[in-house]
Amino acid sequence: MEKAIKRYFPIFLLPTLVAFMIGFVVPFLMGIWLSFCEFTTVTDATFVGLSNYVKALQDTIFRHAFWYTALFAVVSLVIINVIAFAIALALTQKIRGTNIFRTVFFMPNLIGGIVLGYIWQLIFNGILSVYSTALNLNEWYGFAGLLILVAWQQIGYMMIIYIAGLQAIPGDVVEAAAIDGATGPQRLFRVTIPMMMPSITICTFLTVVNGFKLFDQNLSLTAGEPAKMSEMLALNIYYTFYGRTGWEGVGQAKAVIFFVLVVIIGMFQLKATRSKEVQQ
Amino acid sequence: MKKKLLSLGMAAALSLSLLSGCGGDTTPSGDASPSGGGDAPSGGKVYYLNFKPEQDAQWQELAELYTEETGVEVTVLTAASGNYETTLKSEMAKTDAPTLFQVNGPVGLAAWKDYCYDLSGSQVAGELTSDEFALMDGDKMAGIGYVIETYGIIYNKALLEEAGYTADDIKSFDDLKKVAEDITARKDELGFSAFTSAGMDGSSDWRFKTHLANLPIYYEYKADGIDTTDAIKGTYLDNYRQIWDLYINNATCEPTLLSTKTGDDAVAEFVTGQAVFYQNGTWAYNDVAELGDDNLGMLPIYIGVEGEEKQGLCTGTENYWCVNAKASEADIQATLDFMYWCVTSEVGTKAMCGGEGAMPSGQAGMGFVIPFKGNQESTNPLVNISNQYVADGYESVSWNFSTMPSEEWKNGVGSALTTYAADQSDANWDAVVTAFVDGWAAEAAAVNG
Repeated sequence: MEKAIKRYFPIFLLPTLVAFMIGFVVPFLMGIWLSFCEFTTVTDATFVGLSNYVKALQDTIFRHAFWYTALFAVVSLVIINVIAFAIALALTQKIRGTNIFRTVFFMPNLIGGIVLGYIWQLIFNGILSVYSTALNLNEWYGFAGLLILVAWQQIGYMMIIYIAGLQAIPGDVVEAAAIDGATGPQRLFRVTIPMMMPSITICTFLTVVNGFKLFDQNLSLTAGEPAKMSEMLALNIYYTFYGRTGWEGVGQAKAVIFFVLVVIIGMFQLKATRSKEVQQ
Repeated sequence: MKKKLLSLGMAAALSLSLLSGCGGDTTPSGDASPSGGGDAPSGGKVYYLNFKPEQDAQWQELAELYTEETGVEVTVLTAASGNYETTLKSEMAKTDAPTLFQVNGPVGLAAWKDYCYDLSGSQVAGELTSDEFALMDGDKMAGIGYVIETYGIIYNKALLEEAGYTADDIKSFDDLKKVAEDITARKDELGFSAFTSAGMDGSSDWRFKTHLANLPIYYEYKADGIDTTDAIKGTYLDNYRQIWDLYINNATCEPTLLSTKTGDDAVAEFVTGQAVFYQNGTWAYNDVAELGDDNLGMLPIYIGVEGEEKQGLCTGTENYWCVNAKASEADIQATLDFMYWCVTSEVGTKAMCGGEGAMPSGQAGMGFVIPFKGNQESTNPLVNISNQYVADGYESVSWNFSTMPSEEWKNGVGSALTTYAADQSDANWDAVVTAFVDGWAAEAAAVNG
């Protein structure tokens, strides 16, 4: 059996590999090439060297979007993971109806970002209109709004991962700690959390990357208003690409810069949390 | 260790499924791509990328009829509202690219001029009633306008009379201001407001950041005797402020709430009789038709410029047909034939100009006014009103917003207008002026440089 798999592995691998090439590798390489070009359609480009990158880095809105996004990613990372972990802890206790609660918390994740954005926009503006203001009049309203939206959407997802992690902790370890006289907080911080590091790695990685890549929620909730002040990186790239004729390449250059940034931050974050993981 | 590998693998799978929604280069879904094969006798085929979603059904039917009649394959694809450029960019990159597409004027042409076939001397160009509807790129006729549209302030005659006025009382900005402010003062007694909400939501803000902004640009171009510029001076921006103030302070809602109001809100307010005036154009007829044809009128948008008593409605086009120069010879010929057929044949002109029951299938026609010799009498009362203005010797305001340097510029002005509506301070108006004047220069430089 093992031998057969070894011999025929290309047959199993090929469909995925082809899909991966078409869906990822080719567009990715083309994207990098296009960032050095001026073009209207992607198959008809002329090479212009680094000028797209120069324009991209000179763009003050792009720099603003970077700091705004970075701040958002950090704040959402903390909020989502702390709350998701707390809920996961609560829902692994022996209380009635945990399955229903898990389902309820997970459900927001099943709704698409654009729809969520519009629904929450109605809610926020409904409340803000009482105070004669609106979400798209202040960048920090937009920031808070996005934070609430994203937390609501992603906490359930992270919660599921944490619950899986919590259930995988051997009961005897926690029990032994309790018998040795560890208090509740001690058991949590000295036993449970170290044992949970693999889950924490996954969840923090996902939230930080999601925070950076946030697009549809941003588009439908604030669309960057007021005056692009609540525009995050992905949305800024989109607007650069379609907002002006001749700036498609600049949008592409920004996308490449964006990719490099997310990879660096993702790697750094993975390294930081992986180093704290313990072997079971 | 194995467990960890497994968990990492799962994480990768999870993240992929979670993030897959955010992928970049997806083409618009639900699009029927042009089917290959089935070559027509001449070998050419037509692929039209339509700009107007509201006329999709009619174009599909026309395409089918044309295929039945001539055997030439015609595919029509309609881009979703507001997504034309996006769709065009991805469709043009395909092997079977559109042979017939649209640009919105000089600025749109700048992006696509390499793709525009020279239409001068073609049969369809010969059908134009006036050269001003041709979009020129130097000596090359890059595009042909195929529909003329008009906008102004649509009003509800019955309500205006209820307030004690008729359209004859409004001949200038001062008249309009007087009437609007009088209605606002008696709002509780009358039970309606002067203007529908000037919503700055994305579904409605183009009425102000683009269409209303056309007026100060028009007067400045006229005063300076130019038809485009890289540096707008903003001579008439005080007038722009006047009219904007009038719109937002005499509307159905508080100015602070405008940022969330949508186009549908304004339509609903207008057709339910909550407001007298509604700025929009001939294309909006179907939305407001339930008020009754006799009840609808349209006024010029007065902004308080010297000599405006002769000003008419804003008439022009931002819909130019272009033929893809990179298509094959046979496809280009087939496309030209199709265009010619649309604007000359009985079925084609009836479908383009007609109203109720104009399509052979009994559906309503497109209701266009077309700048071709085959143009037919319109059943759209708003169009007839605009024709009456021209016949009465009023000078139409041309559409200069196609010279606005970029979408970015419009968005900048729109944002500033929204902020100003929420807090009408001089400082906030200065921000509008900055977005208008400095933004224009900056965007023009960015696009050209």
